[in-house]
Amino acid sequence: MKQYTRRSILRGALRGAAVGVALPTLNCFLDDSGKAFADSGQRIPPRFGTWIWGCGFIPELWVPAKSGSEFEFPAHLAPVAHYRDQLAILSGFDVKLDGVPNKPHITGCLGLRTGVPVPNEEVKAPTLDVLIGQVIGGDTRFRSIEVSTSGIERSYSYRAAGAANPSETSPVALYQRLFGEGFQDPNSARFKPDPNYMVHESVLSAIGEERRKLLTQVGAEDRHRLDEYFTSIREMEQKLALQLQPPAPVENFTKPQPPEPTTQDATMANVLATHRLMSDLLATALQCNQTRVFNMLLSDTASNLRRPGTTSTHHTLTHEEPVDAELGYQRQVAWFAEQSMLAWRDFLDSLARIPEGDGTLLDNCLVFAHSDCSIAKAHAVEGIPMMIAGSAGGRVRTGFHLRGNAEPITRVGLTLQQIMGVPVAQWGTLSMQTNRSLTELMV
Amino acid sequence: MTIKPIIQCAAAQWRALLAALFTVLLVTVLPGCEPANTSAQEPPPVGGPLLLRRLTEAQYRATIAEIFGPDAPIVARFERGFRAEGLLAIGTSEAGISPFSIEQYSRAALSIADYVMQPDHRDRYLDCAALADGRFNSDCADQFIRHYGELLFRRPLTAAQRQRMLTIAQSGAEQLGDFDQGLKFALVGLLSSPEFLLRLERVKDNSKTITELDDYSKAERLAFFLTNAGPDQQLLEAAAGGELNSRQGLVKSVDRLLAGPQLEGAVRAFFSDMLQFDRFADVSKDADIYPAYSSQVAIDAQEQTLRDIVWLLVDQRGDYRDLFTLKQTHLTRALGIVYRQPVATRNGWQLTEFPETGVRAGIQSHIAFLALHAHPGRSSPTLRGKAIREIFLCQDVPDPPANVNFSLVQDDHNAAMPTARDRLVAHRTQPSCAGCHKIMDPPGLGLEQFDGLGTYRWRENGAVIDAGGDLDGLPYDDAAGLAQALHNHRETPRCLAENLYHYAVGRDTVWAERDYMDYLIAAFAKSGYRVDQLMRTIALSDNFFAIKTTGSDSNAAPTTALKPSAEPATMASDLPTPATGGSS
Repeated sequence: MKQYTRRSILRGALRGAAVGVALPTLNCFLDDSGKAFADSGQRIPPRFGTWIWGCGFIPELWVPAKSGSEFEFPAHLAPVAHYRDQLAILSGFDVKLDGVPNKPHITGCLGLRTGVPVPNEEVKAPTLDVLIGQVIGGDTRFRSIEVSTSGIERSYSYRAAGAANPSETSPVALYQRLFGEGFQDPNSARFKPDPNYMVHESVLSAIGEERRKLLTQVGAEDRHRLDEYFTSIREMEQKLALQLQPPAPVENFTKPQPPEPTTQDATMANVLATHRLMSDLLATALQCNQTRVFNMLLSDTASNLRRPGTTSTHHTLTHEEPVDAELGYQRQVAWFAEQSMLAWRDFLDSLARIPEGDGTLLDNCLVFAHSDCSIAKAHAVEGIPMMIAGSAGGRVRTGFHLRGNAEPITRVGLTLQQIMGVPVAQWGTLSMQTNRSLTELMV
Repeated sequence: MTIKPIIQCAAAQWRALLAALFTVLLVTVLPGCEPANTSAQEPPPVGGPLLLRRLTEAQYRATIAEIFGPDAPIVARFERGFRAEGLLAIGTSEAGISPFSIEQYSRAALSIADYVMQPDHRDRYLDCAALADGRFNSDCADQFIRHYGELLFRRPLTAAQRQRMLTIAQSGAEQLGDFDQGLKFALVGLLSSPEFLLRLERVKDNSKTITELDDYSKAERLAFFLTNAGPDQQLLEAAAGGELNSRQGLVKSVDRLLAGPQLEGAVRAFFSDMLQFDRFADVSKDADIYPAYSSQVAIDAQEQTLRDIVWLLVDQRGDYRDLFTLKQTHLTRALGIVYRQPVATRNGWQLTEFPETGVRAGIQSHIAFLALHAHPGRSSPTLRGKAIREIFLCQDVPDPPANVNFSLVQDDHNAAMPTARDRLVAHRTQPSCAGCHKIMDPPGLGLEQFDGLGTYRWRENGAVIDAGGDLDGLPYDDAAGLAQALHNHRETPRCLAENLYHYAVGRDTVWAERDYMDYLIAAFAKSGYRVDQLMRTIALSDNFFAIKTTGSDSNAAPTTALKPSAEPATMASDLPTPATGGSS
């Protein structure tokens, strides 16, 4: 196809970091699965996403007392007790700083997503969602969808340093992007390819012809960036090519109605409402194959969540609020931590509401939920709370609490990549470098 | 390496000492730092690396408006800029291009091209059409592509580029059965090309260590710096005729651009960047505590500051330092509510003055500064002080240590500590905090008479606010005194010169450029601190166009290699292999 191969594009996107990455086809995932849509006989693809909440947790209200499958849900995890069999609770895994200064709320979050702790926002891209997206994210309209629900346009998904994949912050904008112009109803009886897409595709293809020449005209640093441009152009071209084919039918799908305009800000009630709306839109987009990869940011890592009429935010409270002598923790901070878990339940509800194959959409997802720190007051990056939900169509084992015992947190990221088909044997740097997968998670 | 003074937070026992030293340094050493180069002579050019810069959203919009008129719609959501070394302009030299941005650039390109080729518009943009028998009019298409291609690419198209676009136009016309529709997609192609979206700088002579930009890259740097848009036809012609290589020719073009109406856009773009107005996207204020705040106030607040800046610096050709003491200001009724100041006009803007007897003066006392550098429900002397240090004085303040207990400091219901000053004293007596807070807090406390939105107050929790302090040896009693201190601070104009130069060249200064910076600051002082004159000095300097092609100076910023990398291709493809490893 054209003059460069998918392999070379991938390499460009990886900036040469993952030498030897082959691009597996989707089929290799499906050999052992055997799950298919009842009516069309089509294979159900696995999806991957991350769900981030800021400012950590109250350990005594979140970490189950027992490990293994016999654990009980502590108070703050109680909202998701219903999903017991579809959840793995991961506690006690550490970001290892190796002397790198801990940039509050940044180093931990990006450290666990890239395997490299950095003292600033010069992220050692790509983040693991991008690595996984490069394997499973093709053949859809969007390589990934990023969402932020607290009114802040922030994202922790990076394909390259210097340009996060930006988040949608408004349900209306998200709807328009997913279901507005360019959306083709998979169950529509008529399909007529729009010749404009064909011409537009050839325009981008012609631009791609300049790649080789231009790359020789810039220095090494800028070559990465220019290559990123051409990779993005190529992806856009593939997206248009997709528009020329009739979409595969999707069972139980109806195109959602556009959401009513709502207020996007950081007050907890509004965030929960925005988050529910956007979770439902995202779930529907996953259902009808608009994307297979997502990153959902409930609250920023320095969480700006707040209650109306108060002078403090979740983040400032973690530093200011005195520990309640009776409870032994910060009362208001605990409230925000608990609300965050209620939102997590809402998110799982959105995925579980959609039937798919012989289960639900949640069963065919692998959702990796994590925060940026454990105890926000100290910005501790040891024991950052994490959860895995869904089984990516039977590829992940869930239903237990696993203690990390200060093991490097990169073991989780490495395992997730391997489960999703990224051919990676080792991940992370220095004390975070690991080749030890978490066999507990593997089927 | 940067020329910025860096305020270090070192080990605990050094902190108090350092803070004291810092003050001493400013008072005693800096007088000896009078610009060494007081002559009007520019030192020999140092040069920086060749850059590849993304157009900013404002530049994209201004360029399209200039070429296709202000009505051409740009239907897209641009992603936010990437800030590096304090400026989005430097970030444009580092930011990547995500799939999202290409998605949006494509939408923008379609909306513009659709507009241009609409039957009732197209005659404005081209005076030829399909041949009478319906056949493809190759000459017409070529003319269109060459003309708009040169304006968009900021240099003439190569033969191959022309042919490529012509092929798009022809096959598009055939597939869609319409000549104009084919041209529309050729325009989409131009608008989606790297030569339009990215500023790919090129040099004249690759064999010299210090060389200079080629003619068209010169025109591009000049145009974006002085007009915030791409070069116009006249400047492209000057570049084509080699005029930008002679002092006389360069002066002619620079003076033409500085006299034009786009100077205002350029000044606005620079100050929006320096004042970090992009961060307003994240600002929210508690509706119960600050009922006067609205999205309109947020928009008007930025506009107020920019109007005042343009009024003083462009209309009056005034002294930059007066921005900090300016009593004149532009207000709308929405802003008048926050400032508690009546605004006579019902609609739009009015030039008025802050009360003579009040403490409010200067852009640092505007809502756009006070609300941006504060919390949703309260003011923040620390954030404001940090912003004054970093934005107006170019002094770096490090991040706080990760493990700090703030509970004493920031509980604003702590009865024993009713004001922010009381609470911050605790900070400044804790050794691990003191080093930085002694630097940040005083100027922030000088603005404590303005609440988290910017409304004047004189009490906090019942106690009278003490807004006095000392800015590096310049004492003040209140916000008005702080304004004067900022006006008189010797770093104030130096910092502006640094920022403006960084903005112009899209990178931080290198160590070897310190003589050049002294030259700029001396020229700035000599002009009476006129920003338009500083822009002129920069634009006319040899260093502005100078490019360093090899990295012999280890202190220099990473220098761009001009030749293709010699690394062997390790994979099946024969494309140039990007270096392995990290991001930058």
